[in-house]
Amino acid sequence: MKYSIFSLARAALSGHKTWPRTWRDPAPKPHYDVVIIGGGGHGLATAWYLASKFGIRDVAVLEKGWIGSGNAGRNTTIIRSNYGLPGNIGFYELSMKLWERMEQDLNYNTMVSQRGIINLYHSDAQRDAFARRGNAMRVNGIDAELLEAVELRKMLPFLNYDNARFPIQGGLLQRRAGTARHDAVVWGYAHAADKLGVDVIQNCEVTGFTRNQNGKINGVETSRGRIAAGKVGMAVAGNSSRVAAMAGLRLPIESHVLQAFVSEAIKPLIPGVITFGAGHFYVSQSDKGGLVFGGDLDGYNSYAQRGNMPVMEDVCEGGMALMPMIGRVRMLRQWGGIMDMSMDGSPIIDKSPVDGLYLNAGWCYGGFKATPASGLTFAHLLARDEPHGEATRFRLDRFQRGMMIDEKGQGPQPNLH
Amino acid sequence: MRIACPFCGTREVGEFTYLGDAKPKRPAMVALGDAGAVGEAEAFYEYVYLRDNTAGEMSEHWYHGGGCRSWLRVRRNTTTHEITSVEAAPGTGASALPPSKSGARS
Repeated sequence: MKYSIFSLARAALSGHKTWPRTWRDPAPKPHYDVVIIGGGGHGLATAWYLASKFGIRDVAVLEKGWIGSGNAGRNTTIIRSNYGLPGNIGFYELSMKLWERMEQDLNYNTMVSQRGIINLYHSDAQRDAFARRGNAMRVNGIDAELLEAVELRKMLPFLNYDNARFPIQGGLLQRRAGTARHDAVVWGYAHAADKLGVDVIQNCEVTGFTRNQNGKINGVETSRGRIAAGKVGMAVAGNSSRVAAMAGLRLPIESHVLQAFVSEAIKPLIPGVITFGAGHFYVSQSDKGGLVFGGDLDGYNSYAQRGNMPVMEDVCEGGMALMPMIGRVRMLRQWGGIMDMSMDGSPIIDKSPVDGLYLNAGWCYGGFKATPASGLTFAHLLARDEPHGEATRFRLDRFQRGMMIDEKGQGPQPNLH
Repeated sequence: MRIACPFCGTREVGEFTYLGDAKPKRPAMVALGDAGAVGEAEAFYEYVYLRDNTAGEMSEHWYHGGGCRSWLRVRRNTTTHEITSVEAAPGTGASALPPSKSGARS
């Protein structure tokens, strides 16, 4: 069905008892042209783009739990395209442009809110680095503004500008950046893909791969039986190494926990996304009223989807240093995700060394904003066996060739990216 | 999460810094042009970049920076965070010392 004011009115007249399922619950077929492992934002977006842009509709998305139960349901909802390195700049701007048309494309309200993001700076060196990144963005036609403290005080009067350790000298602003409702993004892609004939199959965990006599992967073993496939694409974020190991592969990835937090609901207070990188704290406010905030990784390998107290204390200290007014707000909920931290902090969208298996991994903690572009470029790779123009540098072998995309300049230490 | 340092006793995780998987072994380097140099480049790439990234028990290096500053080798389960053993990392200075009398009771 097409969602509209008319469908809403019709359903309201029936007491909202006539809404059909947003996506079907099909049993797996014995074979698909493309099987996508992972029913998060990236996997579902890939399926929708395969069906809508590349004419490939015989597609299944296999999700071990319920769709969006991984990082898609755990992130802090930020979307932005303010990266500084070639490879990343164009890719994330592609994503930003797809965010701007997403709700029309999917006929689903994903609450895309371009409320702006400000990265605060506290020293001359940081200002120079942010100016460089802002200029790299502008050279590529992306909006960026470098504001000084006097202008920021008008926009964000509540910040602690005269903090002794981290005085706020200014910030890099991207007005088109903002937030989107993460769960709705998952449901929107599932709904739109399902309408085009894609099978979204939940409670279906991949346990192994099947191969033909040449060693090419031609299907998967799952908790719901064997499914044959022309091609298999994996988009499983923090579980990438576990799935890759089923194909005998090791990846340049470590899985780390990133915590996130939500406060009790309060009246509108934080107008956009504010990041205090130097103090490991960033915050925005959801439309329900809760402050959504977080900081750095805990730092150790983890699949537990929860973290420990030192980071909670550190994040709260960062928040208090930046905006002491939130001191009386109560923390409501905290959780963690599994970040696929790559060895340069940038993603991998590439064929794997095993014929028939395609990789989409290494998103670290930045995968949510990439959702539409990851879907489009992974679908392009699956459909055409060639990388999309904006993803040509996200090769698996770039580490061997010395072509790393290292925004933070930290080297092969995943927990520092 | 707490780590039972063999020298300081059980301390909270904030006192420690994580390095990573203790399993990778740095390959012996061979000069370019020597026999086997190509294989060495591959071995060095694997050592620097590829990881098992185990979901389950793994052996890892932690540095007790907020305490005795020893390098420790810890066996920890990455899905439950349960720690099953802590010892001075083999090959480091601390491994030559006996654990102190106040050391781990857990």
